[in-house]
Amino acid sequence: MHPGLVPVPLLATSLPDAITFAVSAVIVIAGAIGVVVARNPVHSALMLVMTLFGVAVLFVEQRADFLAAVQVIVYAGAIVVLFLFVIMLLGVDRREAVSADPLPWQRPLALVLSFCALGSVLALGFSGAWSTGAASVTGALPHRAGDTAALGKVVFTTYLLPFEVTAALLVIAVVAAVLLVRVPQLREQGGQAGAERGGAAGLEGDPEAVSDPGVDGDPQGLGERDREVVPS
Amino acid sequence: MSLFFLSALVLPKIAWSAILPELILLAAPLVLLAVSALSARRLPTGVYAGGMGAAGLASLGASVWLWTQVTPHGAGTAVDGAIAVDGFSVLVMILVSSVVVLAALIGEGYLRREGIGGPEYYVLAMFSAAGAMLMASADDLVLIFLGLEIMSIALYVLAGLDARRQGSGEAAMKYFLLGAFSSAIFLYGIALVYGATGSTNLPQIADFLAHNVASSDGLLLAGMALLLVGFFFKIAAVPFHMWTPDVYQGSPTPVTGFMAAVAKAGGFAALLRVFFASFGLLRDDWQPVIWLVAVVTLLVGAVLALVQRDVKRMLAYSSINHAGFILVGLEAATTRGIAASLYYLFVYGFMVVGTFAVVTVIARRGDEAHDLGSYRGLAQRQPFLAAMLALLLLAQAGVPLTTGFLAKLYIISAAVEAHSYALAVIAMVSAAIAAFFYLRVVVLMYAGAKSGVGLPAPLAATGAGEGAGSGELSPVAAYGPGAASAAELEGDRPEASRPDGAGGGEGHGEPDAAGVPATIALAIALCAGFTLLFGIWAQPVVELARQATLLFH
Repeated sequence: MHPGLVPVPLLATSLPDAITFAVSAVIVIAGAIGVVVARNPVHSALMLVMTLFGVAVLFVEQRADFLAAVQVIVYAGAIVVLFLFVIMLLGVDRREAVSADPLPWQRPLALVLSFCALGSVLALGFSGAWSTGAASVTGALPHRAGDTAALGKVVFTTYLLPFEVTAALLVIAVVAAVLLVRVPQLREQGGQAGAERGGAAGLEGDPEAVSDPGVDGDPQGLGERDREVVPS
Repeated sequence: MSLFFLSALVLPKIAWSAILPELILLAAPLVLLAVSALSARRLPTGVYAGGMGAAGLASLGASVWLWTQVTPHGAGTAVDGAIAVDGFSVLVMILVSSVVVLAALIGEGYLRREGIGGPEYYVLAMFSAAGAMLMASADDLVLIFLGLEIMSIALYVLAGLDARRQGSGEAAMKYFLLGAFSSAIFLYGIALVYGATGSTNLPQIADFLAHNVASSDGLLLAGMALLLVGFFFKIAAVPFHMWTPDVYQGSPTPVTGFMAAVAKAGGFAALLRVFFASFGLLRDDWQPVIWLVAVVTLLVGAVLALVQRDVKRMLAYSSINHAGFILVGLEAATTRGIAASLYYLFVYGFMVVGTFAVVTVIARRGDEAHDLGSYRGLAQRQPFLAAMLALLLLAQAGVPLTTGFLAKLYIISAAVEAHSYALAVIAMVSAAIAAFFYLRVVVLMYAGAKSGVGLPAPLAATGAGEGAGSGELSPVAAYGPGAASAAELEGDRPEASRPDGAGGGEGHGEPDAAGVPATIALAIALCAGFTLLFGIWAQPVVELARQATLLFH
């Protein structure tokens, strides 16, 4: 039932493995830093591709061939292209006013919390041990047939129902996209006021924030109330 | 290599009957979508409502049939261990199916009143309900996560259904951002639990924990903590409840009622199953956390509800208070505690759907009259609505002869039996605080009738739905002098800007009573009837919840 009760040595790697790991780790981290610091959003997206490729190499090194292929095809291929589409649609030339940060303390806080999270995850990874002696209950694959075959097998056996059920998510996404796109556009008018009200309403138990809902809507918006929203 | 795998592959047997209610609620939306896409002209919203009501009834029938199968044969699993077929899951299916029927009735009246066409409300509501059912019956963390996502994503969109009101979009955005974040945390929890136990299957996790001892179990505890965070968000327990008031207030009112019943049902069902059944042996680790969260949830929900002027916001905090009560049953970590939680969940679903149905009607066209002032003197204007709302609110407060009283009684007695005396006392104190704000609304409706609007208008209840302009309401809402802010608000909106679309001039003569569509009236009567009938004739539902927990897988 629990196949991998054999401890997997953490640092038992050959020299080429270690070198490959080091190089791809540098690529991954450099790409990640580049995503954050690049001024141009297109450069950020391209840096993301670099990170994803580095991660794919790391997957290959872990003998997760299928995951590596999916990483390149789905993430580097499809998702980054989607990012680029959105960036182009919104306009590449528009510069974000990054210096005008509404919450100046959040960056150092984010840094501290990130290191805390990283430290605790590493501590968890190294400390966990069961009385069987295994550091981890999930070990190497039982067969040498490769992870693609193993993955394909569980998708059609153990995880058959979850796999099928994801179809519902796709239908919901389609219906939701149609519904959200087709609605009458009211957001531009008084959008600022709405945002402010949202901020105030977030305060716990503030009765004033809620006593007059929708007071910033306007007659024109009401005029649209009777427009039917019906599928084509 | 691959040939070896192909020959060794034994496809799991799928017991279609075990997932019949889910299948019905997943297939019906597809039928509605196809009908809507293929019909040459716009179909009235009643057609879709009829479809959803029929699907809900079919799924209710399938759930009841499953119950008759489970009771003699005992619990079991289906589809290669992914689904648990036990009394617990079937009872939640019965609840969710009933809520689907009620949501179809309420949605029909609401959408017709607001002039929103299309099948989207019904489609998304049914998907969401199917997701909640999957969460309740899932025996695998991966399936629980997928159920959670199906339920939640449909709810995010439903919250933004009324795009002409800004609050609706705001609610959808908030719910989506925070919900997506909590889903990610939940997923991380699954990963850590898998790393610690080597399985995502709940019985296998329990089995592993029964046969192995951790010399240092940080990974497992961290995984459990992250799972708890994800669940606490969905059920709106206190440190993770920030979204609740805004989302409940901003969403279209029928959606709020549906959300309150279905999201709580799915979230609590999975929470109870995972922690009681899988991590039951580790209860010393999670019980203190649940204790603390239950206390804070009970008190914060009750106290903050006191200061609300907006009824939907008040009910949001009251739903937080109810979540605290259900957590008390889990904290007991006994079969009796789980049965009490399940009973509470079951009867709360009907109470909250009924309450929000009344609020939907009182809010009038535009869905904005939610100030407490709108309820002043309601008993004179609309005795039917006032009586039903009073009954449902008293039930939520836990007044005897209602299901709400029994629910609180069982929870507290389960806590006492498990020697959680402090928690039982805190729960009772919070119930006393909560009674105040429920009673305030009731008193306002019955005693606060000194409004200038004199004339008790004829009750526009049942039958109003049949006429030509049935769902249509008078644009100028009647407010007592006490509701100055709301009246001003209405004054901001020139009546001229409202084209008399649907009915043409009906209702202008009686500025008083909000018209009650027949479908909503029926739903309200069903909820109130359930609450009163099974509050007096308690045995059947209590027995159902007890049996359901005995048949726990």
